[in-house]
Amino acid sequence: MNVPEGLKYTESHEWIRADEDNVVTVGITDYAQQEMTELVYVELPEVGQQFSAKDEIAVVESVKSASDIYAPVSGEVVEINDALADDSAIVNNSPFDDGWLFKLKLSNPSELEHLMKADAYTGKIS
Amino acid sequence: MDDLRRSPLHDTHVQLGARMVPFAGWEMPVQYEGIIPENRAVRQKLGVFDISHMGQLFVSSDKTGVAADWLDSILTNNVAKLDVGQGQYTLLLNETGGVIDDLIVYRQSDTEYFLVVNASKVDEDVSWMQTKLPASGVSLTNRSDEFAGLAVQGPEAVTAFQAMFGKSQQLPERFCMSTITTDNGNVIICRTGYTGEDGFELFCPTAAGSHWWQQCIDAGATPAGLGARDSLRLEKCYPLNGNDLAPDRTPLEAGLAFAVDLHKPEFVGRETLVRQKTKGLHRRLVAIKQTEKSPPPRPGYSVLSGDQEVGTLSSGGVSPNLGCGISMAYITSGHNKIGTALDVEIRGKRFPAEVVRKPFI
Repeated sequence: MNVPEGLKYTESHEWIRADEDNVVTVGITDYAQQEMTELVYVELPEVGQQFSAKDEIAVVESVKSASDIYAPVSGEVVEINDALADDSAIVNNSPFDDGWLFKLKLSNPSELEHLMKADAYTGKIS
Repeated sequence: MDDLRRSPLHDTHVQLGARMVPFAGWEMPVQYEGIIPENRAVRQKLGVFDISHMGQLFVSSDKTGVAADWLDSILTNNVAKLDVGQGQYTLLLNETGGVIDDLIVYRQSDTEYFLVVNASKVDEDVSWMQTKLPASGVSLTNRSDEFAGLAVQGPEAVTAFQAMFGKSQQLPERFCMSTITTDNGNVIICRTGYTGEDGFELFCPTAAGSHWWQQCIDAGATPAGLGARDSLRLEKCYPLNGNDLAPDRTPLEAGLAFAVDLHKPEFVGRETLVRQKTKGLHRRLVAIKQTEKSPPPRPGYSVLSGDQEVGTLSSGGVSPNLGCGISMAYITSGHNKIGTALDVEIRGKRFPAEVVRKPFI
């Protein structure tokens, strides 16, 4: 199971990468995409929407089930991954790179400190 | 999954890396490689499903015709019409015409009938049938624990059958059965399935399950799970009991009139069906297709016509072959004609859909 160093993780299997200017990129982990199986639909938030940490922010759906994705931190959506509208399997094939879901501008950067590091997340899923 | 029953093929599934899920009181494989590739394997080549969870009941009588008469008093289709070796799709109804179970009944010999019923309904079917059993002359036996079951489905099924049983053996005609004696026990072969493809269902002694599974794999079948099975049957609009069939829905509402013989003078539930046929149906189970990109339609979602709720999805999902959302729902009359535009409500948003002809493919 791939759990890249340098990313932050949540209990609900989102990953968070800190970019520049208090912007983070969010996706679901390799473990999550394997558990979900082949994704057939990804519902993303709209750019400009505000979310608090732990809000339902997106939905990923496999043939069998729908799973909520939670905002790992509070902030405003500044970009979404439009490519997923045509091919949600990108999330399965490249969960940490091409399969990212959305970017948030942090409203409370200190929330990042509450997230798990790679080793803690690895412990949780193994 | 402590209280769940396990198929005789359980270890085989685990070794293959199957994802095991609870289904109808059993722990069964929902997928191996993936629902979409498994669906495609069945449509294009050959797949094999473990159906050991399904129930096998035997009904017999000493005198010819007695067992058939009794079955005809509790099933909707016409058992008396079956020749030895023939089978038919039929329904077991409650007193008010609602569906207890859908099943296939085969005439195995002059006096013995073989019934294949849904896993989730074995106990209920048997209890119900026992209350209807005459004091003497007919016996009903639940032998579900004695059989492993495999469904071998796909365009290459005939070739696979010959590879497994030799060219001297004949695959029965559609909806017919035969019994083949082998070194691995007697094997019942039924030319039926739940995928819409050619194929057969094989019932063998529990201990021989792994042997015949491997024979299917060696004959070119791809292991396929319940997820693929559900997507295949939905594409063909085959109802799933518990979703599309229920004790408060009749076979006429479900569009299963072909399996109901109202010419029979009497059978349990007949009165309601005759009344519905005379007075018309308030709702019908229809096929609904999403007409624009949408999240997958799923059971429980509301169906709207304007602001009026006209039904609830009983089954739904993304069709791997059509690449769009497909579903079935009981829709109120006036809104259930082919071509009617409807909306499916998904997480508070409406997505346009249309009533289409069955099956989807």
